[in-house]
Amino acid sequence: MADYTLTELMAVTSAREIKDGEIVFAGTGLPMLGAMLAQRTHAPHCCIIFEAGTVASQLAHLPMSVGDPRAMRGAATAAGLSEVFSYVLQAGRVDVGFLSGAQIDRFGNINSTSIGSDPRHPRVRFSGSGGACDIACLAQRTIIIALHEKRRFPEQVDYITSPGWLSGGNSRQQVGLIRGGPSAVVTTKGVMRFRPDTQAMYLASYHPGLTAQAVAEDTGFALDIEGATETPVPTPDEIRILREVVDPERVFLK
Amino acid sequence: MDKLIGLADAAALVPDGATMSFGGFTTQRHPMAFVYELVRLKRRNLYLYGHSPGGDWDILIGAGCVKRVELAYEADEAFNTIGPRWRLAVQRGEIEWEDYSNFSMVSRFTAGAMGIPFMPIRSLLGSDVLARQALSPEQRAADPRTSPKKLDVIESPFDPHDRIVLVPAIHTDFAVLHVQKAAPNGIVRIEGQTFADVQQALCADTVIVTAEEIVAEETLRCEPERNLVPYFAVKHVCQVPFGAHPYAVYNYYDYDPRQLKLYHGGAEDEAAFQQYLDRFVLGVKSHAEYLQAVGGQAWLDSLRAQPGYGYRPDLQRRRLD
Repeated sequence: MADYTLTELMAVTSAREIKDGEIVFAGTGLPMLGAMLAQRTHAPHCCIIFEAGTVASQLAHLPMSVGDPRAMRGAATAAGLSEVFSYVLQAGRVDVGFLSGAQIDRFGNINSTSIGSDPRHPRVRFSGSGGACDIACLAQRTIIIALHEKRRFPEQVDYITSPGWLSGGNSRQQVGLIRGGPSAVVTTKGVMRFRPDTQAMYLASYHPGLTAQAVAEDTGFALDIEGATETPVPTPDEIRILREVVDPERVFLK
Repeated sequence: MDKLIGLADAAALVPDGATMSFGGFTTQRHPMAFVYELVRLKRRNLYLYGHSPGGDWDILIGAGCVKRVELAYEADEAFNTIGPRWRLAVQRGEIEWEDYSNFSMVSRFTAGAMGIPFMPIRSLLGSDVLARQALSPEQRAADPRTSPKKLDVIESPFDPHDRIVLVPAIHTDFAVLHVQKAAPNGIVRIEGQTFADVQQALCADTVIVTAEEIVAEETLRCEPERNLVPYFAVKHVCQVPFGAHPYAVYNYYDYDPRQLKLYHGGAEDEAAFQQYLDRFVLGVKSHAEYLQAVGGQAWLDSLRAQPGYGYRPDLQRRRLD
């Protein structure tokens, strides 16, 4: 067994989705780990933006929230939500945004609002969209981070908080969205991507120790596993940087 | 003109049924001392508007002060990814609400601040935030201050192939901000992220500012580009050190993980929540007594921001005993 944890594998896998020079809209938790790691490894020129108002933070300590004073550290500009959402996100300047949620369907539509058939009388209520719906609509592409359980990957989500590829094909364009869509789903069991023609989710890789079949069995819809390979493992350097530089306090690392 | 008044006097201006917004974002710069006063005054039927509030709303909802909210998110992020009293109030049908996104709520405040009826945005398309309504038409009609429609979708008058979402302006009776510095005449200095404080202030009839420090007008006039709210839009100014505790104020103090753990450790439980309220809000008479109850001067000093950081680099955040 290699010397890394599942959280570390997910952080490394998320970081590798970020290309050097990209503008990244990061949320609290794993996306912060991934973005900070990318910045300290293969993507030193990636720019981390938090929706509460900071652009190009040079984080010295992991924030507990996107509005944390820690997000001010080394930032190139600081303003408010309106400036970031209007001039940066809506204007098309965000290359990649991170999302997560309680339910995700085969087209990458995400629910972070409530569980139950009637959202006016939900069985379980969550925090709500925050900026997630905006990021899903307006970033050039999105990466979804999720716990992989059958109930979290249903045929249909109870509420579309953040639109993915909607019903596939060109349905995003049809509703009037002018760009974007999910490009990867990094979970506790593997990495899913979307077929270019149908926009349906397929298993690109399963994490070490699992099989493609096992991941499909933990998915609530029929998951296309054709061509799936094993997720590349973290390098010792990535793990060292994660533990010693990115999160020595173990705020998010487990 | 001197706009300084006491915190309790300022809170007493808010009547039952008022429409309000509070400054800040999840874990920073909420006017908590003001919120605690509203709880002690037992205000009822408040209508709250926000983008990403945190414990400021959660405690008001839990204390039974709130009738309706329009929001995008309510939680303390990594301290607790759900506002426990918000969750319970929704699940039990004890509160009326409408869901938006952060960008749409901020755009609604912006429209109100600009004196226009709505703002066009490219977000929400394809989502249930757009397709579904939590407030019924009857609930909307029952309050003339609530927009008759959640939103609308139009084709751009300049390009019939361009679909755009219109979100209605917000006007509130009150906006309450907690900021770093203010002058007695109402000049406000926000340091760090501004969140949507400026827009929220400018779409309110009455703006109340609570500040860590009251400074001379001349001090703030030295760098006018850093003052974002016109002084004439601010009606009342209160001096309230540690007024956002247990949340952070950039350059002044960090959030208080011990206090947040205390709150979130029990807030889903009726008895524990009531105990928290009794111990820290209802059972104390003033903000000064609250600050004693949460640990007193030595503890608060341990949260003070380190110059050059604006926060506490050595703060113990996860390993709390």
